[in-house]
Amino acid sequence: MINKKIHSVQEAVAGVTDNMTLMLGGFGLCGIPENAIAELVQLGVKNLTCISNNAGVDDFGLGLLLQGRQIKKMISSYVGENDEFERQMLSGELEVELTPQGTLAEKCRAAQAGFPAFYTPAGYGTEVAEGKESREFNGKMYILEKAYEADFAFVKAWKGDEAGNLIFKGTARNFNPCMCGAAKITVAEVEELVPAGELNPNEIHIPGIFVQRIFQGNHYEKRIEQRTVRTR
Amino acid sequence: MLDKNGIAKRIAKEVKDGYYVNLGIGIPTLVANFVRDDIEVEFQSENGVLGMGPFPFEGEEDADIINAGKQTITTLPGASFFDSATSFAMIRGQHVHLTILGAMEVAENGDIANWKIPEKMVKGMGGAMDLVASAENIIVAMMHTNKRGESKLLKKCSLPLTGVGCVKKVVTNLAVLEITPKGFKLLERAPGVTIDEIKNATEGTLLIEGDIPEMQLD
Repeated sequence: MINKKIHSVQEAVAGVTDNMTLMLGGFGLCGIPENAIAELVQLGVKNLTCISNNAGVDDFGLGLLLQGRQIKKMISSYVGENDEFERQMLSGELEVELTPQGTLAEKCRAAQAGFPAFYTPAGYGTEVAEGKESREFNGKMYILEKAYEADFAFVKAWKGDEAGNLIFKGTARNFNPCMCGAAKITVAEVEELVPAGELNPNEIHIPGIFVQRIFQGNHYEKRIEQRTVRTR
Repeated sequence: MLDKNGIAKRIAKEVKDGYYVNLGIGIPTLVANFVRDDIEVEFQSENGVLGMGPFPFEGEEDADIINAGKQTITTLPGASFFDSATSFAMIRGQHVHLTILGAMEVAENGDIANWKIPEKMVKGMGGAMDLVASAENIIVAMMHTNKRGESKLLKKCSLPLTGVGCVKKVVTNLAVLEITPKGFKLLERAPGVTIDEIKNATEGTLLIEGDIPEMQLD
């Protein structure tokens, strides 16, 4: 067994420096690498390019990195829940690259799987297609999208083992599996880290080969963005 | 004239037995409330769940189980969770039968604009561009006119496009219309709405052939 276990969140972000490109898992606040984000805030690295479906809310998730002006460029599909984000974007302090959600996922997966680029119909005929190659296949138009190139991927899983194998829970899975192995170094944080052999190999969602570092997060707030309930 | 629930009720009649359906945020979300209970339908949410159920009872919310609108949800028997790339494989690969979404503008050739108002609203397209570029059957749920009373059914969209030539049908508070090579073909009128009212509220080419029936909602 190749042991991927690290012992602190400081080790998790070791090697992250200014101007790097980071992938961060999560959909809204669901399944985000809370502990790694908090440590990136402590580390104070600047001019980051962050690839993440959303940008958090003002005081949680990636919003914390935005507050410290640590992000230079954000690559997301939807950024609607964050006032500070909007202010920085409108004032020109923050560069934003809006990307269709399925394209964003596939640009991660392509990087993971060793594809330099792929064709997708999403965004054909819109401003997303500007400057991109387009091509017809079987009578339908597609645009060429390139795989991402990132330095670190920070992902969050439910359970993991020392070999780096991961199991996700519910819709907290989202972009996390797509980002594993899609950057030079993948750092996984989990709610429960167990010795190798304790997870059933049949139930592993992401094999440890895609993960370089794994640690158990100290605390998970798991904030809910839109609490909706029905009455009994 | 229909209210938002009325629009959802009419669209629910387009949902057929055995369909996998993706519902957008807003009026489309309401459609789930009106689907007949004698047919089997599964709702997909692009953040990674198939077999979405109703909102949880108070105290049973799970932060790890949400829909694409970031609302807490439940799942039904037979549900599954998956990653975002797999979710869009379902969509791009046309395994999802029907997409229902809202729009700011629809053009008579089926173009749709629903993600950006330059200088005003720049929140992002989320999954809308993937959905409209791939789905075989796309129904738009929206009000016929905007808050200023201007038509949202146009010859040509004025806002940045989400997708080109993709919408098949539009259900509004006034009418059901099909997109045809010649323009918006009027299929049904909302209860109590006249053809003239629909004409006045439609800027794009409106095709009226024969008698136009009133919608049957039940």
